[in-house]
Amino acid sequence: MSGNSTIGEAAIRAGCQCYFGYPITPQNELTEYMAAHLGRKKGCSFIQAESEIAAINMVYGASLVGARAMTSSSSPGISLKQEGISYLAACELPAVIVNMSRGGPGLGSISASQSDYFQATRGGGHGDYRTIVLAPSSGQELADLTHRAFDLADKYQIPVIILGDGMLGQMMEPVEFKHEAPEELPIRGNALRGAKGRPSRIIKTFTSKPTELEEINWSLFRRYQLIRKEETAFETFLVEDAKLIVVAFGIAARIAKGAIKNARTNGMRVGMLRPVTLWPFPSEKVKELAKRTRHFLVFEMNMGQMIEDVQLALEGKGEVSFYGRPGGVIPTPSEVLRVVSRLYHQKGLESGK
Amino acid sequence: MRKVYTRPRLLKRVPFHYCPGCGHSVVHRVMTELIDEMNLGDRIIGIPPPGCSVFAYHYFDVDMAESAHGRGAAVATGIKRAFPEAIVFTYQGDGDLAAIGTAETIHAANRGERITAIFINNAVYGMTGGQMAPTTLSDQVTTTTPYGRDTKIEGYPIRMSEIVALIRGAVYIERTAVNSPANIRKTKKAIRKAFQAQIDDLGFSLVEILSPCPTNWRMTPLESWQWIDKVMTKEFPLGVIKDITGKNDAD
Amino acid sequence: MLIKTIFAGFGGQGVMSMGLNLAQAAMLEGKNVTYLPSYGAEVRGGTANCTVAVSDEEIASPVASSPDFIIAMNQPSLVRFQNQIQSGGVLFINSSLIEAEISRGDIDIVRVPANSIAEKLGSPRSANMVMMGAFTKKSNIVSVSSVIEGLKSALKDKQKLIAINEKALMAGYDLL
Repeated sequence: MSGNSTIGEAAIRAGCQCYFGYPITPQNELTEYMAAHLGRKKGCSFIQAESEIAAINMVYGASLVGARAMTSSSSPGISLKQEGISYLAACELPAVIVNMSRGGPGLGSISASQSDYFQATRGGGHGDYRTIVLAPSSGQELADLTHRAFDLADKYQIPVIILGDGMLGQMMEPVEFKHEAPEELPIRGNALRGAKGRPSRIIKTFTSKPTELEEINWSLFRRYQLIRKEETAFETFLVEDAKLIVVAFGIAARIAKGAIKNARTNGMRVGMLRPVTLWPFPSEKVKELAKRTRHFLVFEMNMGQMIEDVQLALEGKGEVSFYGRPGGVIPTPSEVLRVVSRLYHQKGLESGK
Repeated sequence: MRKVYTRPRLLKRVPFHYCPGCGHSVVHRVMTELIDEMNLGDRIIGIPPPGCSVFAYHYFDVDMAESAHGRGAAVATGIKRAFPEAIVFTYQGDGDLAAIGTAETIHAANRGERITAIFINNAVYGMTGGQMAPTTLSDQVTTTTPYGRDTKIEGYPIRMSEIVALIRGAVYIERTAVNSPANIRKTKKAIRKAFQAQIDDLGFSLVEILSPCPTNWRMTPLESWQWIDKVMTKEFPLGVIKDITGKNDAD
Repeated sequence: MLIKTIFAGFGGQGVMSMGLNLAQAAMLEGKNVTYLPSYGAEVRGGTANCTVAVSDEEIASPVASSPDFIIAMNQPSLVRFQNQIQSGGVLFINSSLIEAEISRGDIDIVRVPANSIAEKLGSPRSANMVMMGAFTKKSNIVSVSSVIEGLKSALKDKQKLIAINEKALMAGYDLL
């Protein structure tokens, strides 16, 4: 099953009731999967919208009335969705947004890239908000994190972004689905369902009183602090004795892992930290690792975006190097191994000091 | 003594923020009366996107949610698809529906979404201070057409109702005005038919309402009523533009 | 063990299904496997290719910059991929459609007249399975019975199709 179809199946099994999308390569298989498997399902809805903007606003509408809703796109389309994501965040509405990202800026390329890290982790649209960002690195994780995305969105009433890439979307890998689609989901208490037997309800942020909006922002911020505390997720690989730790996410982390295994065979003590949540970023873990390891190599398929989070987390208490390939180029494990070896020797790490 | 007038039950007891002579308050009144009469209060959901009426939820005592500028039809689509039992309306201005939200409106109509668009046309951007709207008349002076709208430069007033009428998914479209007691009654009747088309699961319905904006037109309320009759209706003629609901009016 | 294979040819020659077939068979044998199709503008104009990686361990990258095996079902695929193959790797050529000489001397070359064999069997469209049979025998990544199992699950209950494909597969398998 392709990565894109995997997300579709996992979403349906997570109880996704509405999918609204607009075609863009390399995520079309997801839209097609939802058309085939969600479109005719009872109580569910699929629309190929007139634009990415319309699609995200349909998601907003479905979320208003309490449905589990999702949209997906790739980089240029995600830029168009930022308006809607900001409104979802402002009105504290759950939604799942999938970005199978491609090379940018502009129309860019359709090849896999990680150049949307800043956009995803800094909110992306206007206003002071964050979204949870999950970065799968395998077919199995696409399934597991899609399910988790819906749960997190509901738990914290927040839009959740799944940041994959074109290659994860196209690639097929064996996947085990751990959940069956629920029969019926309970309707969220604050959903708009018509003012039957209760006072009418308004969902909005717009206000002419700055102090009112200030309180909304504080309330969002408090929730973000809670998410930072509760939901930060990462994977470590051979970090215990590492003299050099590679920090990478998504498909790049997979490639790095291959390089690290080879480096170990060649006697180099190299480990890896892979953030699974890009926001919240595992800053505490980076700090903790820096107590034993001085050297960090950030490897991304962009010109250096996550590196800023690593540097912020280290607060100067470690040395950070960077290797990146932008524009949709997929580096090979042996290429990364060469970078790792060079750095290892440059820093004199083989001497055992 | 016989009571001939009462405040609509679903109109909240707060003072309007609208300018004196503004058409919004009249439309709000008519709509809240109608929602009550049609017994839709417990299943109606309204979407007022940005514009003077962005605060409509302060007055309508029904479930309402804000939407991004122009996206009302898309948000209403999401609501209706996820919760088909709801009666859904958007309450949009001319900038919202006829400029930034043109695509959303046309495509929602084309899908025959069972939603109702209430389209307030006052030929000007009211909330932002009187700039040109897509429906601003030729030669009309606004803050961004200080020499009058020159159709060679700024294009023509757009007739959205006529455009949407060409779309097969749209089943009921009428243009009315709120500049006289007779026209206000016609407006109420038009909105009733539009809601009924939605209740009957027929398709997309739209009521365009020519509405006075004395503040930005630099007129007295009376002058603005007269201007609708004398000038605005020449460009935007009143009446039923499309009705394929199969329900011909008895009166 | 990490083995990467690229299947390439015209659209309609069934190169994607060959890749899927190998991926399925490897999965049935409990191996780690990734399947990466070419997509988007790359596949417009009629050429298609896919990469299958099979390993006992986790697979780092599904991309093959220097594959162990290449299956070229047509001339353009040969031109495009012949220089990528690893030294010591095996290049499978559909000799029914490819006449060119191969310039490299450091690789093993297997010529399979896939189309003519398929025609002789009375099922010209199963040329891909003839090649698949030869590939299965020579590469020894998965067993031929797993390939047949994979075929059956891909074709579900279409017994007639399964029989035709299996016959073509075995014809290729017995060739070497």
